[in-house]
Amino acid sequence: MRRSGGLTLSRLFYDRRYRGVMIQVIVLIAVAVLGWWLVVNTLDNLAAVGKDVDFSFLWSRAGYEIGQTLIPYSQDDTHFRAAVAGLLNTLLVAVLGCVAATLVGVIAGILRLSRNWLIARLMTVYVEMFRNIPLLLWILAIFAIFTELTPPPNAYRGAEPTAHMLFNDSLALTNRYTAIPTLAMTRDPGALSSDALNISVNYAVLAFLAALFLGWRGRRAIRAWAERRQNQTGHRPLVAPWQMAVTVLPLLALWLWFEVHLEKPVLKGFNFTGGLNVSNAFVALWLALTLYTGAFIAEIVRSGILAVPKGQTEAATALGLGPWQVMRLVILPQALRVIVPPLISQYLNLTKNSSLAIAVGYLDLRGTLGGITPNQTGRELEGVLLMMLVYLGLSLLISAGMNVFNARVRLKER
Amino acid sequence: MQDSFAPTGFARQQMIPPAPPPVEQGGMGRRLWALFSGPLNIALTLLGVALIWAIVGAIWPWLAHSVWTAESLAQCRQITGPEVSGACWAVIRDRWSQFVFGFYPSELYWRPVLALGLFFLALGPVLLPRLPRRMLWLSVAYPGVAVWLLWGGSLWPAIWIVAGLVLGAVMLRRLPLWVVAVAVVIWMGWAVPVLSDLGAGVAPIRLTPVASDKFGGFLLSTIIGVSGIAMSLPLGIMLALARQSDLLIVRVLAVAFIETIRGVPLITLLFVASLLLNYFLPKGVTFDLILRVVIMVTIFAAAYMAEVIRGGLAALPKGQYEAADALGLDYWKAQRLVILPQALKIAIPGIVSTFIGVFKDTTLVTFVGLYDPLKGVSDAIRATTAWKGIYWEPYIFVGAVFFVFCYGMSRYSAWLERRLKRDHR
Repeated sequence: MRRSGGLTLSRLFYDRRYRGVMIQVIVLIAVAVLGWWLVVNTLDNLAAVGKDVDFSFLWSRAGYEIGQTLIPYSQDDTHFRAAVAGLLNTLLVAVLGCVAATLVGVIAGILRLSRNWLIARLMTVYVEMFRNIPLLLWILAIFAIFTELTPPPNAYRGAEPTAHMLFNDSLALTNRYTAIPTLAMTRDPGALSSDALNISVNYAVLAFLAALFLGWRGRRAIRAWAERRQNQTGHRPLVAPWQMAVTVLPLLALWLWFEVHLEKPVLKGFNFTGGLNVSNAFVALWLALTLYTGAFIAEIVRSGILAVPKGQTEAATALGLGPWQVMRLVILPQALRVIVPPLISQYLNLTKNSSLAIAVGYLDLRGTLGGITPNQTGRELEGVLLMMLVYLGLSLLISAGMNVFNARVRLKER
Repeated sequence: MQDSFAPTGFARQQMIPPAPPPVEQGGMGRRLWALFSGPLNIALTLLGVALIWAIVGAIWPWLAHSVWTAESLAQCRQITGPEVSGACWAVIRDRWSQFVFGFYPSELYWRPVLALGLFFLALGPVLLPRLPRRMLWLSVAYPGVAVWLLWGGSLWPAIWIVAGLVLGAVMLRRLPLWVVAVAVVIWMGWAVPVLSDLGAGVAPIRLTPVASDKFGGFLLSTIIGVSGIAMSLPLGIMLALARQSDLLIVRVLAVAFIETIRGVPLITLLFVASLLLNYFLPKGVTFDLILRVVIMVTIFAAAYMAEVIRGGLAALPKGQYEAADALGLDYWKAQRLVILPQALKIAIPGIVSTFIGVFKDTTLVTFVGLYDPLKGVSDAIRATTAWKGIYWEPYIFVGAVFFVFCYGMSRYSAWLERRLKRDHR
């Protein structure tokens, strides 16, 4: 009894009951002191050069142009709006990159497993080349291809032009931009616009989005109905045509109603008009991100498919499923379980890597909020910290969203 | 079916003749068949051939007219003639030293070369377990020697810093960790400057100092890559253990740190290093830019490393932890002797791909004004009148070098994984 007496200092460190608490307290104090030290230093240093921490620069006039924006923007707008335009540019290249990289990766990953050795080898070369060479090199090299090897716009002019448009006169590669066709409407319903925010969205876009959403809900409702029927009667009603109809018909109706058509770029004077002139910086960045991330995704897809034991295919075939059903109902759900978590981190990597836009002069979040804005206002501390915070929020948002999806495909163990 | 249980009294007297193999064609025939076995395969094959044809057709004439010795791009063009475009590899030969050393003074090239040679000597005891363990001291002393060789200046700070670390490691056998930590901090902060001055007074051993902005090319990539790799592994292990810890506060802090670092692009961290770090430190304290970049790259890599190692720790069966506890090992002994050797083995592929990522990411230092081989040095070469307008050759050369190193690393990891495999032989 004597030995378990008072609480001495040494017992705090050598008694297992208290040691954990003691270590945590020490760590917490150390971290707090470190943080306090950093803040004090920062405030001291700022005061020494006559600055303070102030975010009001966000509301002053930006005074610089952004080549390509999703929302209306001019140099008379605020730094805040420039940052939002930059963020949207980041999101644009990230979303388009993720979609394209997934496509490339899935195709390359499956083809790498093909018995056709020529194709399998080609895909191996592709994957190894892109995985083992820095992304920055791919961005710079693809950008150089676009700016150095493509003709100037006026090469397309004249009775005998030296350059020709691709894909039935719908795409033109020039050394400044890539002219692509756009979708245009003959019967334009006008736009929903907000003067306060200076943003406008066409009603047709909203209608298409609503139709997409309703189609998705309709598909689910039909499937649920089919499941109920099957549970009651033992027969599964034919659902595929109905699902197809629910998804496609509304979109088709809207398409015809608005008389949507493709507007091809046409050379007028020295430049292309009619279509959309996408800057080469964007195309090069997007292409490089797609091919680079696609190579990583290809490996993920390949290992995911290989992770499903062969017995699963054989068992499914023995149950009488056809090859397509085997793939859809047996192989894919199990492969997805292996594929999705690393795929999420590839999407995150792509989003973060899009900050390399600085190499080709595409103004994204890094270029606006973390680049020109701090340069002009002298607010590098606020600008860079804010930019990091936005990237962090973006990353957390993506991983949270994808984790929800992951939870749905995960093995439900009971 | 009832008969199947009745004795039949039949036994085969002679063997059935062996069946022919299911596939008639072998070797060449089968390989050709794989290319043309169906409409899809035929289409894919034709597509592949067309692709190869297009790429080779575009690049081969250019490669065939390569020029290997010239002094400028204009001279290259003169040699190939006006009609033909050919690769001008002469730029690599002409600017070789810049690609490798950046703007390091040419009369001092022996120092980075010597540092690289010593690096392989120091790496030996780490990679090859057959060498005597005592040689590990060489590896411990190497960083100090390398820093001195590369940056020059007085030898004494390097000596005292390495001595402090070695003394700390020796003291760790007798004294608790926190006593050693405090002693090392005091040593570094107070004793090292005093003793360095003393040493310089007694025996001034000096090399010509080289400033950080002279570093460039693959020398810079290697310095940042190797130090980032070497330091991120231990740091990553500590972070992974902290994240798996039973102590709530330690765990929360580790999670916050790892997720924050992983949530932002490396390029923003480099900007913090170049723009903001001076704000965070006391007035008058400035770090060398390369050192700041190395710190940031290390932190960045360590966060990724921590996640990879956490995967290895999680993959380890719980019985291993319990067995280590049952043997009466304390936490650190259990980690060192039982858990980590197995967890790290599981994590090898991830660890090596993190290494490869770090090495590739060293090219990003160009955005904080350092001369990386890819953009910094290439742009500097393009800025000269002799090599104005040369694009492809520097990119291809630098890309090929990176490919060789990164592919080599990934092959090494595959080999290591096979060698360390202990199951399903």
